[in-house]
Amino acid sequence: MGSKEQKIGEIIADHKTQEGAMLPILHDIQAEFGCVDADSELIVAEALNLSRAEVHGVVSFYHDFHPTADNRPVVQICRAESCKARGVESLMAQAQALAGDRVKLSTVYCLGLCSAGPNARVGDTLHARLDAAGLAQVIENAR
Amino acid sequence: MIIRISDDALARALGADAIAAAFAKKGHEVQRTSSWGMHWLEPLVEVDGKGFGPATLADVDAILDGSSAKAIGVIADHPFIAGQERLTFRRAGRTRPTSLEDYEATGGWAGLRRARQIGSEAIVEEVLQSGLRGRGGAGFPAGIKWRTVMQAVAPQKYIVCNADEGDSGTFADRMLMEGDPYALIEGLAIAGEAVGANQGYIYCRSEYPDAIAKLNEALRLCRDIIAPFRCEVRMGAGAYVCGEETSLLNSLEGRRGEVRAKPPLPALEGLFGRPTVVNNVLTLAAVPHILSEGGAAAYDGLGMGRSKGTMPIQLAGNIKHGGLYEAAFGITLDDLINTIGGGTESGRPVKAVQVGGPLGAYLHPDQFDIRFDYEEYTKADALIGHGGITVFDDTADMGAMARFAMEFCAAESCGKCTPCRIGSTRGVELIDRIRAGGRQRDRLELTPQMHNARKDGGRGQDQEIALLTDLCETMKFGSLCALGGFTPYPVMSALQHWPEDFTGPPEQPAARVLDTSNA
Repeated sequence: MGSKEQKIGEIIADHKTQEGAMLPILHDIQAEFGCVDADSELIVAEALNLSRAEVHGVVSFYHDFHPTADNRPVVQICRAESCKARGVESLMAQAQALAGDRVKLSTVYCLGLCSAGPNARVGDTLHARLDAAGLAQVIENAR
Repeated sequence: MIIRISDDALARALGADAIAAAFAKKGHEVQRTSSWGMHWLEPLVEVDGKGFGPATLADVDAILDGSSAKAIGVIADHPFIAGQERLTFRRAGRTRPTSLEDYEATGGWAGLRRARQIGSEAIVEEVLQSGLRGRGGAGFPAGIKWRTVMQAVAPQKYIVCNADEGDSGTFADRMLMEGDPYALIEGLAIAGEAVGANQGYIYCRSEYPDAIAKLNEALRLCRDIIAPFRCEVRMGAGAYVCGEETSLLNSLEGRRGEVRAKPPLPALEGLFGRPTVVNNVLTLAAVPHILSEGGAAAYDGLGMGRSKGTMPIQLAGNIKHGGLYEAAFGITLDDLINTIGGGTESGRPVKAVQVGGPLGAYLHPDQFDIRFDYEEYTKADALIGHGGITVFDDTADMGAMARFAMEFCAAESCGKCTPCRIGSTRGVELIDRIRAGGRQRDRLELTPQMHNARKDGGRGQDQEIALLTDLCETMKFGSLCALGGFTPYPVMSALQHWPEDFTGPPEQPAARVLDTSNA
């Protein structure tokens, strides 16, 4: 706990001069620990002079923040209209089977590559024009 | 030889980095430029103005010795490019995104320099005269918004750029931020000059890591040029509703991205309660051109009716020639999809087209003579939104798409107002019931203790459809913002044009297998 508290303290200090620093702080905590848990919420609440409920309200509102860490690699697959029009739904059953328990598949609504779907994202790497084989490769290579 | 390859996220997602590295390894100078916007040809390799695409690693040698079968000729003369009227995207494909040298050489900062000379009143006057309307979807005249903020008296004002481009089928904001970040920053700085704000924020969604990186790099390099104006990029956190301006402001302040009731208008009480200009990326990026010498009159001279200037239209979904097509208002859907877009990529007939993202209406091929214009679309119960066009071929199940619209609204609703929060979930259930052939009374309802429950055979499809229509009416007029308010557009338009996708063929309205998976 000690080192975690210290690290969060550093993150908060980094953003001290920013107006409305809550989201940047939460993003950094999420990136560092893979989640924003109850302990982190408390520390942030204290630093920003808010109640824990207020911080929890923000954390639970946004899809990007998670209450518990999931150490599996994540493959985000776009299932919005444009990717549906290009057949993403027909790839999902096979993708789910391939991912199994090793890889977490999550749905994202739009990666902005709508003329070249189906699209996926792993970390900051994007993949476009995926067919069944392409998506299988993305899932297999996800680390 | 100088090889030019785009470093746009779409090109990179298709392997442009590896191809660039292969050319560099062979001893050629590789320049990473913005994308031309011809997405079916990405990764597009440019050698002496001539293009080769879509390129793969196997094509490298053939491109170098000129024998490649993927040659498309001179890129600038390609019909897809030559037919456009590019103002906002005039640098697309032509410059290196974060190169200050390229930006200056193509007329960069001229608008800001002139803005500083003519002063705030004159800037607002020119923006008004240009007829520029907000490109985010609502189409509100930008000049009027700017004037309101200019006239407000406050110790601090803000410029906020809405770069939370969450609509499926749209990518113009992303392309602009990645391809011409200085144009957006210049637009922000001019807006700051006009209304007397010295701080700007660009709120970009977290799904666009490339755009955020490019903007940060650009802001670092041009800090002294835009000073005393300061600007910062803020990253969203995966909430679609934060594209709504008041919700975006709450998010910037570090709160839940819930919609605020209007009034007060953000122009008077916006970010941290201060007067704030909130404009879309494309609106602000159009400003440097308008503020250049004679730009306002030229802009006003384009378009039709009250829709002035150009619209960067995004051709997406199942379309052969997808990409970015910037044209003056007035172009028809038929031209866009069949002539320019070349029909569907699958080669099958077009069944439906959704214009304006997840909240836009589905248009039937019978309506393809509609001209791109805010008022024309409003008349047809449709919207232009952010100019995204998603094409579906005849394999699409429009009942499923209508269900998805409700499901999407339920997943992304901020929860502030009831019609959107509850209505969307009820909408999903209703569409499921319609597609299942109606609703039987359940066991509980049939028990004698339930005095008020009807003991009939349940509701038929017609009655369920009437309920859905009523629900959509409530959502449309009772929701606080466009998420709940516009979700009825895709639902009702799908129901109107493709009723058979809801009720099944007339003779056998049998139960369908329902997709009950949670996305």
